[in-house]
Amino acid sequence: MQSILKALFESPLRFLVKAIIEIQSYTLLSGRAIANMFTRPVYWKEIILQMDRIGVGSLIIIILTGFFTGAVLAIQSEGALRRYGAVSLTGQLVSLTLIRELGPVLSALMLAGRMASGIASELGSMTVSEQISAMRALGTDPIRRLVTPRIIAMILMLPLLTIICDTVGMLGGWLIASYKLLISSNQFWSDAINTLQLSDVVGTLVKPVVFGFIISITGCYAGLRTHGGTEGVGKSTTQAVVSSSIMIIAADFFINNLLIHFAPVINR
Amino acid sequence: MIEFQNVYKSFDDETILKNVSFRVRRGETKIILGVSGSGKSTILKLILGLIRPDEGHILVEGREITRLTEPQLSSIRSGIGMVFQEGALFDSLNVLENVGYRLFEEGRMPESEIEAVVLRVLGFVDLEESIDKMPAELSGGMKRRVGIARALVGNPPVILYDEPTAGLDPITKRTIVELMIKLRDIEGVTGVFVTHDLQAASIIATQYAAAGEGGRIRFHSEGESSSLLNTGFLMLQDGSIGFEGSYEEMMHSKSSYVQAFVA
Repeated sequence: MQSILKALFESPLRFLVKAIIEIQSYTLLSGRAIANMFTRPVYWKEIILQMDRIGVGSLIIIILTGFFTGAVLAIQSEGALRRYGAVSLTGQLVSLTLIRELGPVLSALMLAGRMASGIASELGSMTVSEQISAMRALGTDPIRRLVTPRIIAMILMLPLLTIICDTVGMLGGWLIASYKLLISSNQFWSDAINTLQLSDVVGTLVKPVVFGFIISITGCYAGLRTHGGTEGVGKSTTQAVVSSSIMIIAADFFINNLLIHFAPVINR
Repeated sequence: MIEFQNVYKSFDDETILKNVSFRVRRGETKIILGVSGSGKSTILKLILGLIRPDEGHILVEGREITRLTEPQLSSIRSGIGMVFQEGALFDSLNVLENVGYRLFEEGRMPESEIEAVVLRVLGFVDLEESIDKMPAELSGGMKRRVGIARALVGNPPVILYDEPTAGLDPITKRTIVELMIKLRDIEGVTGVFVTHDLQAASIIATQYAAAGEGGRIRFHSEGESSSLLNTGFLMLQDGSIGFEGSYEEMMHSKSSYVQAFVA
């Protein structure tokens, strides 16, 4: 951070040029990775391997995150709702908060921590040990071989993981509502389900696709731009997690705005 | 076969290559010497089209490669084998998959045929028994030899060597040097050998391989003072060519830089 600020104050023009080049490279990588999805060859084996790593490998942390988030939401809602004599609305609050916001965002942030760092360190190590150069020398496009499969796997698996996170979170909320707040299961589930609108369900499925793209492309970009040996791999890993986390939260803001804008059309 | 014409290359603000011009003839081995960071490896990456020059032209087999797109470069690269500094083997693939990588990617050969080809090239580097091993199970010297085997698949007419002997023990170093000599003299491969290992370079410049009785390969020396016609030297100095000539010319050069290097 200190070096970024130093570079900014020492030569603002140079900093600006570098920033533009970075954005251009990021956009070009994204464009080429997307274009590769629609042309041959497609590395199916690599896609399935990545789906296993991302999906099955992240299942435990997503289940734990979802469960405790749902439970905490139910506990926290009690204090706020009791003042208005509305503890019975816990189901609504847990359901709306989880499905609209916390489910997709927390799943994405957990995966950013786990997978953006993993992808950046894997590709970073390959870059500094010249494996990427070797791949190009042997006639393989590293973007097609390494980046595109990770993007496809991530945008397929993150929505599924988000659904699991939402579901387990609801179960966590229900457990607290039933055994601590003494709300009947029937009331909890009917409130939780009836309050949802189609736009909420669309949101909880669209957001992970966008977040999944951000996590995978940011991890790949940081990895492929690695230089400076093992120290560089460490920097890339940190950069991938920080950048993807910030971009997820920023993208969430814009998607929410779009969803609110289009909600009347979606729910019609 | 390979020609550099007034090539310039910079990274950020640092000029790595300045007005570099040279030619490597078919069947010749060009040994590029220079201190670390002098741009030796950059030359190899330029030949492969992994990076582009800022100015100048690079010709491979008479074809200008500096303006080719990545898919167009594929056909050029299929005729060039590259041995990377540390082997650059793919960590997640075993020796069979690493060596046969190009053939697996092309997908034109059945797996059994690919395995036969891989076994043949592994035989050349004396590593047939390691076919199922992962790179992490190999020693540094074995990784380099597997790297050479990978470069040999498809019988490329050109092989580029990026410091293949750096940091190896004398016996493994000798094995790799003999492999390079065999490739040059028996297979007729054109080579570009980047190194700062003068001992390895001098062996390549003064010894040759010939098939003896029963096809056994023997190594003969031209003598310390005489050098082979098919092996030339090029020395980089501050990004430019400081010396170009034969081993003998290099050893007798009056240039203080060359003398400091060969002393």
